[in-house]
Amino acid sequence: MDRRQIWLSLATLAMFAAVPPLTVIFDQPFYMDMIARIMVFAIAAVSLDLILGHGGMVSFGHAVYMGVGAYAVGILSYYGLDNGFLQIPVALGASALIGLVFGAMSLRTTGVYFIMITLAFAQMLYFLAISLEEFGGDDGMSSMRSEFGGVIDMYDAMQFYYVIFVVLALVLFGLHRLVLSRFGMVIRAARSNDRRMQAVGFPTYRYKLAAFTLASTICGLAGVLFANLNEFVSPDVMHWTHSGELMVMVIMGGMGTLIGPVLGATAFLLLEEYLPQWMEMAMTNAGEHWAIIMGPILIAIVLFGRGGIHALFAATIWRSGGKRNG
Amino acid sequence: MAMGMSKRILAAAAGLTIAATPVAAEKVKVGFITTLSGGAGIIGKPMKNAFELGMEHVGGRLGGFETEIFYGDDKRKPDVAKQLANRMIKKDRVHFVTGIIWSNLLIAIHGPVTRSNTFLISSNAGAGAVAGKRCSKDFFNVSFQNDVMPEGMGKYMTDKKIDNVYAMAPNYQAGKDMIKGFKRMYKGKIAGEVYTKLGQKDYQAEISALRAAKPSAVFIFLPGGMGINFVKQYAQAGLSKKIPLYSVYSVDALTLPAMKDAAVGTYGVQHWSPDLGNTVNRRFVTEYRKKYGKTPAFYAAQAYDTVLFLDHAIRKAGGVGDRDKLRAAMRAGDFPNTRGAFKFNNNQFPIQNIYLREAMHENGKYFTKTLGVVLSAHGDSYAKDCKMKW
Amino acid sequence: MDPLLLLEQFFNGLQFGVMLFLIAAGLTLVFGIMDMVNLAHGSLVMIGAYLATTFIGWTGSFLGGLALAIPATFAVGALVEVVALRTLYRRNHLEQVLATFGLILFFNEIVRIIWGPISLYSGLPDYLTGQVEIIPGAPYPVFRLIIIAVGLAVAGIIYAIVAHTRLGMLIRAGASNNEMVGALGINIKSLFTFVFALGAVFAGLAGMLLGPLTSVEPGIGEPLLILAFVVIIIGGIGSIRGAFIAAILVGVVDTVGRVALPVLLRAFVTDAAADTAGPAVASMLIYILMAAILVVRPQGLFPARTG
Repeated sequence: MDRRQIWLSLATLAMFAAVPPLTVIFDQPFYMDMIARIMVFAIAAVSLDLILGHGGMVSFGHAVYMGVGAYAVGILSYYGLDNGFLQIPVALGASALIGLVFGAMSLRTTGVYFIMITLAFAQMLYFLAISLEEFGGDDGMSSMRSEFGGVIDMYDAMQFYYVIFVVLALVLFGLHRLVLSRFGMVIRAARSNDRRMQAVGFPTYRYKLAAFTLASTICGLAGVLFANLNEFVSPDVMHWTHSGELMVMVIMGGMGTLIGPVLGATAFLLLEEYLPQWMEMAMTNAGEHWAIIMGPILIAIVLFGRGGIHALFAATIWRSGGKRNG
Repeated sequence: MAMGMSKRILAAAAGLTIAATPVAAEKVKVGFITTLSGGAGIIGKPMKNAFELGMEHVGGRLGGFETEIFYGDDKRKPDVAKQLANRMIKKDRVHFVTGIIWSNLLIAIHGPVTRSNTFLISSNAGAGAVAGKRCSKDFFNVSFQNDVMPEGMGKYMTDKKIDNVYAMAPNYQAGKDMIKGFKRMYKGKIAGEVYTKLGQKDYQAEISALRAAKPSAVFIFLPGGMGINFVKQYAQAGLSKKIPLYSVYSVDALTLPAMKDAAVGTYGVQHWSPDLGNTVNRRFVTEYRKKYGKTPAFYAAQAYDTVLFLDHAIRKAGGVGDRDKLRAAMRAGDFPNTRGAFKFNNNQFPIQNIYLREAMHENGKYFTKTLGVVLSAHGDSYAKDCKMKW
Repeated sequence: MDPLLLLEQFFNGLQFGVMLFLIAAGLTLVFGIMDMVNLAHGSLVMIGAYLATTFIGWTGSFLGGLALAIPATFAVGALVEVVALRTLYRRNHLEQVLATFGLILFFNEIVRIIWGPISLYSGLPDYLTGQVEIIPGAPYPVFRLIIIAVGLAVAGIIYAIVAHTRLGMLIRAGASNNEMVGALGINIKSLFTFVFALGAVFAGLAGMLLGPLTSVEPGIGEPLLILAFVVIIIGGIGSIRGAFIAAILVGVVDTVGRVALPVLLRAFVTDAAADTAGPAVASMLIYILMAAILVVRPQGLFPARTG
């Protein structure tokens, strides 16, 4: 963890903080909503970075926890329980519990088995959500934004934006400290050589499980914000392709850097939004075929994007010659 | 402070620009959201085509006013639909958000759009969830309410004294609604009620179980690829000639070409058909075939109707400025449309005829033929829960 | 449930399992030998279906179409391997997952652009559309019996190759230690291309057989892909025998489970509850099975190599 990561993190956060006043000046309220959405996914991506980037646990079912958090809010809202102070603990508790259970079983496997079992568990919850007729099933259901007893008005776009911003900042700060701590060291060491760490005396399984549970909890928090953002919950968010997209955001931004996935989420979502429009400008009716450009872009990122966006900044701005990720 | 200074300069610059623009007549702005990419693009594209055809027929101007249309591709995702609606309302400042194929996307954007002082017009999705208690004065549905088709089928089969029906639908909200709607009007015995996996490809197991139950007829709701698979396998199992097959939203202009002979002889119900004889429909179908080389399906007809609906209402109200006047004009429901007989119910969903259709093969072509009316001037069953009266 | 119906459902499960095996075989070979996760394997199923439908249309003959589509799929498989996948062997699993994820997007869109987004019609010649009463009172579609036969035949062929030929020996050696095989002077690159293309043919064949039964449209490969992964996880990566047994197991459990569960549940809860809970639990059944097996044997039933 070095200075450039800290500077990059602060710069990024500063830019996010500046968005609402700018949108007011230029009278473009839409962009505040758009960046708010990006920040929500950034939180989820950062949580994935903890286990994937730092811990080497390739969880292909991470988006499921966003769904758990979102449904916690949605279901409570359905029964008229709109109080955020109640919803958040329930959502975090549910995500933590499910993360613990799934993690406990998945971490008994390694390598590609781990990838596939996390995918399979995600599928299970996805199908379960579809069959919950009471809560909308495949159609999903609308939910209200959380109430915080008049302290914060989630329906005010700017307040809502800053709530998400504060959560993102706290998550980044908290995980930054965690990664630097002994816990973080064990996780990273276990990633390069699990057996050696065990030989030295660390119960790596427990550490990994703790990290996995923490990551799923943070992702559940992102889910709470997601449900508030959309005023709607549906099983769609748990589909395995969304987990794939989260992984892309992490790689694209730079694994193991925490701020990287934030940049990756930004880049990915902006690309998803504007690529069809650019293609449409180049040729009419081309916009609907965005996947044929997006696919190769993903492949190129994987093959050539050593270290992701984060490495780009490191190389061009600081030329520190320090160690690079990837 | 630097920030405050630049803000003032910017505001001044903005003021100058506005002052420089001559005051123009109010432009009508409409957003149209469908699924254009991915597999479901085969539904969204014809809708966009039909919408564009409709705009051509009204001379590119709704109600006589200069019009700008904003198209959006929701990629079949609720949160993308919400983002699109948000952008259209806040950035493009549309007066109407229209389109929407899927019920779950409709539910996602219904609340936010109607709360934002923008009219929401559904050109296809007809979820019961927004037809009853949650009806809104700013939401109009010009297509249909999901349940009315299976209700029509239920009534038809009851009238024909077809007893012992085996019902199948996928295990998601729409599937369950379809069976519920069917049972609302079907008074005979149900031989079996089976919910299959969404997107399931192979129905051999269900077909085996079905045959063992010995029903006198089978009723299915299996849209898109699911219907194609089931109908083909049903025929391959030798059941097409033995146990008659009835369906809703499963055999249509899109799926019939992939089913061919397997679907011939099956019955379906719908609120619209390409062979309906009214003037508006004949023009629409002929021009659509000429321009796009295919026979349009019902969602295309609905998208076309959306244009005629807006055009007529805006003209009647004299513009989009007075929203109450506009709403009254829309509620009148007397716009020219492809269905012929059309009125709005108190929940601003349609009251229209439901027709029986049979899939046929003649002169090398596969098509559905309208046989008669099953339910005339039928309103949906959620309207009574809607508190609106006008 | 009536025992004859149960027997009929077992047959259905067997047919589904055999189909899964065709897809899983190629997947487990590529995994086992090249240590590569290929999410785009489902796309090969789709491409096989499209090629077959096109060639059947051109030649007017079902068998003729298949005869052309099989080598065509082999060629496509080889091309994809050389152009896109070779660079991924050295990469870690995560990168392979993401790159092949991108490939899925690309293939689905390319197919949509070439053949259009609408479902293609894919039918059977008259001589294959009949039924046979293998179980009294239950006419069973001839074509499905043929699928079972083809699947078993392919399983037999694969076994013969792997156990009794030099190529098979190279495959088995490569599955345990491909570096050593390379060191022994075998042209690893060609072996890999051949193995991949062979897997593509099996997957494509599954698509070709599925086409007339189901539909030919973009994206038909992905749901089967997930199931194929479940199969090879249960069976053990790199093991053909494991893939076969797991495929049959998964096919039967899924098929019989789907129809038996709602009936079974009625014994415990109300009819209405059983009708809604049944399908839900049935969809999760396969994953529950996989989790249960992995708890007991984290490497699957017949792992080809340790670690």
